[in-house]
Amino acid sequence: MDILIQVIITGLATGGVYGLIALGFVLIYKATSVLNLAMGEFMTLGAFICMTFLLQLNSPFYLAFILTLLTACVLGFVIERIILRPLIGEPIISVIMVTIGLGLILKGLMYMIWTPTFRTFPEIFPPKPLLLGFAVVPSGLFWGFIFAIIATAVFLVIFKYSRTGVAMRATANDQQAALSMGISVRWIFALAWCFGAMASVIGGIVIGNISGISVYMGDVGLKVLAVIILGGLDSIGGAILGGLIIGVLENLTGLYIDPLIGGGAKGIAPFFVLVIILMVRPYGLFGKELIERV
Amino acid sequence: MQMEDNKQYQLRLEDIHLSFGGLQALNGVSTGVRKGEIFSIIGPNGAGKTCLLNCINRFYHPEKGSVILEGRDISRIKPHKIAALGIARTFQNVELFGHMSVLDNIKLGAHVHLKSGSLSGGIYYGKSRREEIDLRSHIEAKIVDLLEIEHIRKSVVHSLPYGLQKRVELARALAMRPRILLLDEPATGMNLEETEDMARFILDINEEWGVTIVLIEHDMGVVMDISDRICVLDFGQKIAEGKPDEIRHNEQVIKAYLGEEDITYSRLGA
Repeated sequence: MDILIQVIITGLATGGVYGLIALGFVLIYKATSVLNLAMGEFMTLGAFICMTFLLQLNSPFYLAFILTLLTACVLGFVIERIILRPLIGEPIISVIMVTIGLGLILKGLMYMIWTPTFRTFPEIFPPKPLLLGFAVVPSGLFWGFIFAIIATAVFLVIFKYSRTGVAMRATANDQQAALSMGISVRWIFALAWCFGAMASVIGGIVIGNISGISVYMGDVGLKVLAVIILGGLDSIGGAILGGLIIGVLENLTGLYIDPLIGGGAKGIAPFFVLVIILMVRPYGLFGKELIERV
Repeated sequence: MQMEDNKQYQLRLEDIHLSFGGLQALNGVSTGVRKGEIFSIIGPNGAGKTCLLNCINRFYHPEKGSVILEGRDISRIKPHKIAALGIARTFQNVELFGHMSVLDNIKLGAHVHLKSGSLSGGIYYGKSRREEIDLRSHIEAKIVDLLEIEHIRKSVVHSLPYGLQKRVELARALAMRPRILLLDEPATGMNLEETEDMARFILDINEEWGVTIVLIEHDMGVVMDISDRICVLDFGQKIAEGKPDEIRHNEQVIKAYLGEEDITYSRLGA
């Protein structure tokens, strides 16, 4: 019983972080209909940049965090402006291919700058594990979860209640109408990329802190793909819930199925879900079911 | 004559050319809309009516020609800035924000008039902001009242029947407090009663609010009844312009609508 609760809590904590990164995916997808497959690399880049600020410049964590967010913001704007904007109007598949290329380029650049060595993140959270009832939560996971929840809440509030958020929702819903209301659709696209990059960078810092940084950390991005397919590509609530479900499921698989088959199931559980969801409910749990009327 | 005429036009289109690949959608259309009138654009399907509206509010970029609003050339302005100049529109196929409520849709129309910074919106409540909000809710109430959509204020838009959606779209455009309102087939797909309501709303908006109206409509009854002037397009060209009575008896217009044997053949490419 204890171990079950323990595993579920660990799963929820990881899931919270997945949810945050998934939110980044969804923000970009909703506003611009682009599935950004370079999300994992955004994440890794964020972790590396934050680490560099902490170690090279000896800045305190809060400063490094803010600087990383600013960098992500600029990165989002620049990428949207010079890579994505010229592609507006091109078939969606080419745009997605371009984001894959973008991911590879970012990966290569990180390889060159930070070398492929695996590193541990400088300690930013108090190292003492936390006791919650009868479960023990490693501090990295706990604080990471808190971080992810706060960040997710902030993004949600902006999206739901600020005027910018309303404009983003309007654009996601109907670009023509938004344009005729005086909303600059280009500005909204740029903002979506900026928010998306920020969400993934925070995710990167948290994951880097939990399990160390390497150039290959971005592979988590693929797992998050399973999360958003499960939750529904265009559903923010779905992204968060999907994250929690995948997180818990992954850890439960590790607990119950791995011993039976000698390990390995934990890693593929999210993709197993991905395939099943695509077969039975391709628009995900909360995604908009597209019915084309002609 | 030109100078005098130019002055009384609030919105003027000069020699608009627009093509898509080899298709000439608009071929040198020039016309003008006077302040406070109801100006209708009619013509058979594919005549270029919607293209003309799209040129006015900058969705399309004409290859040649200019759009002049109150003496100012607006044909190089960014499309999202058009709303702030006082031009609002509705669409042929309803383009509402489907998952939002009716009131939220109307509020989005007022978006363009909120001047505070984009991130501060909804957080800062100063005095001027208070007043702004009062003014807005006053206008919203007036619009809801005028268009008789009180009972559906809180409903989610995509759950509403088509006729009501069209009304909500009109309400949203009105919330922009436009000086010129472009209406693209507001009565399409409506039954007789709904069409009559819509015609009444358009007249009210024109008379009570003093909004200039540019209307595209296929329902000739409505067009002839409420228009001050009518412009007829056929194959991207203006073939007539004038008062409803003049248009009704214009031979070229009748030809365009009813077809004439040799014209019909030439259209088929013979």
